[in-house]
Amino acid sequence: MRNGYVTGPILGALWLVVIASTLAVTMSFATGALFRPQVLFSLIWGALIGFSYVRFPVQNGLIRLALSAAGALACLTEVGPVLIGPEVTLTSRLITLVAFAAILHLSLQAILFDVPYATLTRHEFEAAVIRFCTGFGYIFFTAIVVIPFYVMVMTSLKSQQELLQNPLDFSIELSRGWDLFRSYTELFSDFNFGGYLWTSFYISVLTVFITLLFSVPGAYAVARFRFRGQKAFSRSILLIYMVPMIVLALPIYIAFSMTGLRNSILGIVMIYPVTTVPVALYMLQGYFRGLPTEVEEAGLMDGLSRLSVIWKITLPLSLPAMASVSLYVFMIAWNEFLLAFMLLDDPSKFTLTRGVSMLNSSEIPRQHLMAGAVIATVPIMALFLGLERFMTKGLTAGSVKG
Amino acid sequence: MSTAHPPSGSGALAKREARLAWALLAPTMISISLVVVLPLLAIIWISFKPFTLTDLRPPAPIVRESLRGEGDNLRLEYRVRNSSQELAITGVTLSDTLPLGLTLKENLPDHCYLTNRNLFCDFGDMNGGDREKLRLPVLATSDESALEELAEGSKPVMTGAGPSVLTSFEFSSENFTRLFDSDEFWSVLWITLFYTVFGTLGALVMGLFAALLLNKSFRGQGFIRGLYLFPYVAPVIAVAFTWVTLFDPFSGSANALLLQMGLSQSPINFFGERPLALIMVTVFEIWRYFPLSFLFILARMQSIDTSMYEAADMDGASPFQKFWLLSIPQLLGILSVLFLLRFIWTFNKFDDIFLLTGGNAGTRTLTVNVYEQAFAISNIGAGAAVAVVILLCLLLFSFVFFRFISREEGL
Repeated sequence: MRNGYVTGPILGALWLVVIASTLAVTMSFATGALFRPQVLFSLIWGALIGFSYVRFPVQNGLIRLALSAAGALACLTEVGPVLIGPEVTLTSRLITLVAFAAILHLSLQAILFDVPYATLTRHEFEAAVIRFCTGFGYIFFTAIVVIPFYVMVMTSLKSQQELLQNPLDFSIELSRGWDLFRSYTELFSDFNFGGYLWTSFYISVLTVFITLLFSVPGAYAVARFRFRGQKAFSRSILLIYMVPMIVLALPIYIAFSMTGLRNSILGIVMIYPVTTVPVALYMLQGYFRGLPTEVEEAGLMDGLSRLSVIWKITLPLSLPAMASVSLYVFMIAWNEFLLAFMLLDDPSKFTLTRGVSMLNSSEIPRQHLMAGAVIATVPIMALFLGLERFMTKGLTAGSVKG
Repeated sequence: MSTAHPPSGSGALAKREARLAWALLAPTMISISLVVVLPLLAIIWISFKPFTLTDLRPPAPIVRESLRGEGDNLRLEYRVRNSSQELAITGVTLSDTLPLGLTLKENLPDHCYLTNRNLFCDFGDMNGGDREKLRLPVLATSDESALEELAEGSKPVMTGAGPSVLTSFEFSSENFTRLFDSDEFWSVLWITLFYTVFGTLGALVMGLFAALLLNKSFRGQGFIRGLYLFPYVAPVIAVAFTWVTLFDPFSGSANALLLQMGLSQSPINFFGERPLALIMVTVFEIWRYFPLSFLFILARMQSIDTSMYEAADMDGASPFQKFWLLSIPQLLGILSVLFLLRFIWTFNKFDDIFLLTGGNAGTRTLTVNVYEQAFAISNIGAGAAVAVVILLCLLLFSFVFFRFISREEGL
């Protein structure tokens, strides 16, 4: 096993299967035409090319490149790694071939870097395997993350007819111009999505403020003061994490039905913060513990009361943590679905998630549903990408909550 | 000579501190006990009651008033019925004002009185499902259709109340016996276990793999890390519906792709076939939550002391040896904490399955069952019983969790 002439062809063969499948799937999703990876031929071609990469050292780069190109050209026939359908346009063919040769050459060169023809040391062998797995990992994770979001966006830009004709064809006809966004304009004009956006936004912002109002003093008390029941309290916070929402939603539904709070924004604003306060408390108390007590003690010595110490010293110092917590709470409130679904029936009071769930019916075309999903996703994604640093910190600090 | 003693008990300062602490905690405590503790008690209470969705409103008399007939035959009718089919209502009365222009032709029945234009009737007690009709022949002195509107426009005021199932002190364990007797319950339990165990393990393994990929600095590392967090950050409703669209048996791209690649001959109903649907929702769970474990594991990896790896390099350890003998033992703590937490959270998961399959095709977990029982079959008591079962399981899990966490510092 640990000989270059074995390792090279095996890794090459497996890698070519990965590349061929990736390319075929990518091209299928881009054009909707027939691209089919051929596992058997991929294995054969891959073994051949892999062998050549260990046989000929880097100086003979031309031979390597030529073989990769030959593998790519084979795709034009029926015995290539990728079978290309007859209806595929010349441009797509050309793109496939060039991409295939280039990616194959560069990636295989990286994977089989410094792998000698003869016996490999354990280090060399494992390093090559790890490089192979790394390459596979990047392709795999990127594919599984990107494909659903790609499908979501592209479906929202299609018409019902196009979707049924070829569900794979995601190419966009730019000639349609603004008509591409018809689903979106219809959602905003006929389904009141502008209103839902606004409702979701202000409910989320209110939730953030109320959560901070409750959790900052609480977290400070848990982090700084010694009192009886402190440990029990911080444990019970964690315990509250573990109560499933549906169990709480049932009695809340009953109570709200009886008091008439169901179907009111007030009810939602009352209930959301309670689901986020434990998370925020947990995150903030961890941060407060990490702040040096000396600064606060200096403030106390100078005659500030505890409350003004919190207001004038602790809070300004913990602004980054507050940002993380706010973002995280905003995300929870924005994405919340279950309570909105159970407690809101009146379309004029829907939050965005509730509005999107309304679109999931057989009478409403799929692209409207996907456009709704995009509208719900884009704001939170923009916020996330813009403030990724805070967000990841917030997630690691407190995302015990799922 | 008296010896000095250290002060015992808590001093004034400590007491003041404790008081302030409780004052700061009070708002949180009150709100949480209102919205978490109280509902939990309520659900245990309800689980012992035969409580259905229709019992949400206590039984009450319902009345319909109408002016019928014309000329000599003109009559004012009140139809009163009990809203509940089972429960009796006591002290049912009706009061209404006769519109101007209508005069009664006959004497009122015994249980009714008329003072000025105010009509008052006492129906006494009404059993479940009872209906009563009050027919009063009247004489119209002005336009009949205007009078009809006037009569039907003024709503009669009803009194009378029945016992609410919710507040009575009658309990039965019927919900639980029916729950445990049904075969469905045990299959639900197995499905929950499958979903939870494989969903948790899968997300952990994938997270570990992704963390290994990103545990080195290169250009674009931040971007890829952000990208891999997408499934977790996006609203569940958006990604769940995207998956449903993607795997649709008729117009889904996944099926089209499989057909085109020659991997399947006929379209597969991913979320509609029995074993496949459960696997698909588990895969969705893994897909959606691997970012979370990935983030935690990556954070832990980056805090491992590099000198250890340097020492291993000096000793000639190979990459795999370094992974198995150094990284894994270092990560074991966070991995087990993550496992326990994710296990509990996957066990609690409701939205994902509800949106993907609605609990059909063999994907009904305990949490989905709560919803099914309470709202689809509209038997809230049965749903509450399932919820109590969930709570008991969670009590067990959290016991394990805290036993374990006390050893595992950090969280």
